[in-house]
Amino acid sequence: MSDNIIEIKNITKEFPGVRALDNVSFNIKKGEVHALVGENGAGKSTLMKILSGVYKPTEGEYIVKGNKVYFSNTKEAQENGISIIYQEFSLVPYLNTIDNIFLGREITNNKFLNRRTMRKKAEETLEKINVSLDLDTPINELTVAEQQFVEIAKALSVDADILILDEPTASLTEGEIDHLFSLIKTLKDNDVTMIYISHHLDEIFEISDRVTCLRDGKCIDTVNTDETNESEIVKMMVGEELKDSFNKIENKNTSDISEEIILNVKKLKRPGIKDNLKFNLYKGEILGIAGLVGAGRTETIRSLLGIDEYEEKEVYLEEKKVSLKNASDSLNKGLGLIPENRKTQGLVTDLTVKENISLTNIMELRNKYGFINSKKEKEQTKRLVNDLSIKTPSIDQHVKNLSGGNQQKVVLAKWLATNTKVLIFDEPTRGIDVKAKSEIHKLIQSLANEGKGIIVISSELPEVMSLSDRVLVMHKGKIKTSLEGKDINSKKIMYYATGGEN
Amino acid sequence: MRQNNGFSLKKIYKNQLFWTFSGFIVLSLIMSIFSEQFFTYSNIINVIRQVSINGVIAVGMTFVILISGIDLSVGSVMAFSGTMMVAAMVNWGWPVTLAILFGLFIGFVFGLINGSLVAFLKLPAIIVTLAMMEVPRGLALLYTGGYPLSGVPDTFGFFGRGYVFNVIPAPVMILALMYFIGYIILTKLPIGRYIYALGGNEEAVKLSGINVKLYKIIPFVISGVTASVSGLIISSRLMSGQPMAGTGFELDAIAAVVLGGTDIAGGRGSIIGTLLGALLLGVLSNGLNLMGISPYAQRVVKGVIIIGAVYFSSYKQK
Repeated sequence: MSDNIIEIKNITKEFPGVRALDNVSFNIKKGEVHALVGENGAGKSTLMKILSGVYKPTEGEYIVKGNKVYFSNTKEAQENGISIIYQEFSLVPYLNTIDNIFLGREITNNKFLNRRTMRKKAEETLEKINVSLDLDTPINELTVAEQQFVEIAKALSVDADILILDEPTASLTEGEIDHLFSLIKTLKDNDVTMIYISHHLDEIFEISDRVTCLRDGKCIDTVNTDETNESEIVKMMVGEELKDSFNKIENKNTSDISEEIILNVKKLKRPGIKDNLKFNLYKGEILGIAGLVGAGRTETIRSLLGIDEYEEKEVYLEEKKVSLKNASDSLNKGLGLIPENRKTQGLVTDLTVKENISLTNIMELRNKYGFINSKKEKEQTKRLVNDLSIKTPSIDQHVKNLSGGNQQKVVLAKWLATNTKVLIFDEPTRGIDVKAKSEIHKLIQSLANEGKGIIVISSELPEVMSLSDRVLVMHKGKIKTSLEGKDINSKKIMYYATGGEN
Repeated sequence: MRQNNGFSLKKIYKNQLFWTFSGFIVLSLIMSIFSEQFFTYSNIINVIRQVSINGVIAVGMTFVILISGIDLSVGSVMAFSGTMMVAAMVNWGWPVTLAILFGLFIGFVFGLINGSLVAFLKLPAIIVTLAMMEVPRGLALLYTGGYPLSGVPDTFGFFGRGYVFNVIPAPVMILALMYFIGYIILTKLPIGRYIYALGGNEEAVKLSGINVKLYKIIPFVISGVTASVSGLIISSRLMSGQPMAGTGFELDAIAAVVLGGTDIAGGRGSIIGTLLGALLLGVLSNGLNLMGISPYAQRVVKGVIIIGAVYFSSYKQK
């Protein structure tokens, strides 16, 4: 028997109108961390869904542990030791850790739940991976990182020896990522094979043994991680050298920032936070908000816009006092939010590209009788699709069929359709591939150059540092400091983000 | 990634409307084999006339279900508004037009109450409208003492019994008009777009700066008004106000919407589908009547067909 735990042979998967995987073949060795890279839409997720029994391949086969298998559901995959940890977790929010780990395979004693044994086994599993958390807390009260650990523990408790990690660090803070990596090393020592999907090349170099690159549904190559370098992998992913490295913005032009304050938050008090928050934003400025997950960045913005509750608020937009009572009030005054989760907050995925884009301004696209002027709507959509180079077969394509990067562009297009003065981006490039990421960064920069005020919340330090003219660092709901120029560096940001004082 | 935008069999196969339409045709053919009377002009007009009451209610129901709501109060609202129209004419001596407007206003008010409770107090629509099955019904019974109210002027009979241009029955005309208006609202006006979007993803709509509460209320108001239009048809047809009219009509309306391919979870569906769904149900009950099948057995058949249709449509979506 070879040392290959999984052999993927000539797998092709077709969806109506789309060939998601095209004759893909490669092997995964037992006990290795095998990174899988590729732009969004390259077919990574589809391939992993086939391996975990969600989809069936149109053609081709895969051999797991020497046996030719054909999973028709996830349970069969699990029985063969394959578990997948999704970007969006599949835990039941109101149940606690124990109940989640044993969901569907509860240990019983004469038909009654045997809580004691389950608790003991859960503790053992968590101990094995060096994770400590309160077993009785409902999942929805745990942090994202903790939820992920529970998910992994759940997989291990069914004796999974092949783990698929799909963008596991997407919403983790730096410290949590370190924790995850040491966990991956522990798992590797325990002979668990891992397939690691990520857009973050630094992670791949830190953690993986081999890398396979997919592009447009085809397998480009598999290489040993220590025999390659970042630019080689990026080249495989995009098929061409990216001219500018993704943490440098070409047309950065600080002199475009005017003296004029576009948004002045004099007072913002959130429930449960003692301090009043105070900050301002200049015309043409990109203001980054950095902080660890849980620092209250998203919550602050949501209270500012009246989406979530606030206790007190005094805000001036272009020197006029505005009340920003609720989302529609803020947004009609010209403050747009590109929310952190595009699928659940940014888009109506069942609607088309056109319908999503005009959601913000369809009232302005009416003719004099009040009907939607479909010609105008089409023109507007085509213009924006062009301007943002959104890749879609047609403007009537359902948004759910687009890749992540293009979906994010559609969310952005919504706000460009209306006359927004201030655009707030919450994690603008989460889960988006390198190329789309740099495109979105350029768009943000050019919007600032046009004189809009921009706020960018991001958990990725390189993103905040490369984009921002000024960075606010938040910690536990408070703004710790405001950094400018040379002071914008990872050392300083992390110092304040972890609670350091001036 | 190429996408076939033109004519494709797969697309048609995926289209619920196609299946509802085929079901409608096949059912009509079967019925015409079993019954000679079925395919006659007078019977067809008869079917559409019978469909009109449920069909009109189903227009409003489509709006409500599209925002992933439900309106169980339609039968009671229909009875109350229909009864109060008659009361306005008979007991208070109001002119016919004013009395009708009064009835429609009652539907509007109950829709507004339903919608406001759902939008502002964030109560589940199924509970709010379940409770609202009781209130208007109770008011109708209270006012009439449980007896039908009769003695309306002859002119009032036009809406349920009359003919437009001496050929098209008035209820059929009303039905066509309501579907036309519903179609325009859903496909040509921003409200329609918001309703689809709201059913698809409320959070995204909210963050797009749209007044979510308003667009949650509107479908319930439309449903209240269409229920009272049905009240108009039935009171006019029976020339009396019937406080016990419309019991169980909410089920028929929901069935028409679901048979027509509207997703019960909201966000997807069409008003044309609902019309086909209502016609399908009409043909079914008419055909079974002509075949002499007991009305009790018909209820069983209807239930089975609804489950089959829902299964079929959810199966296809996979």
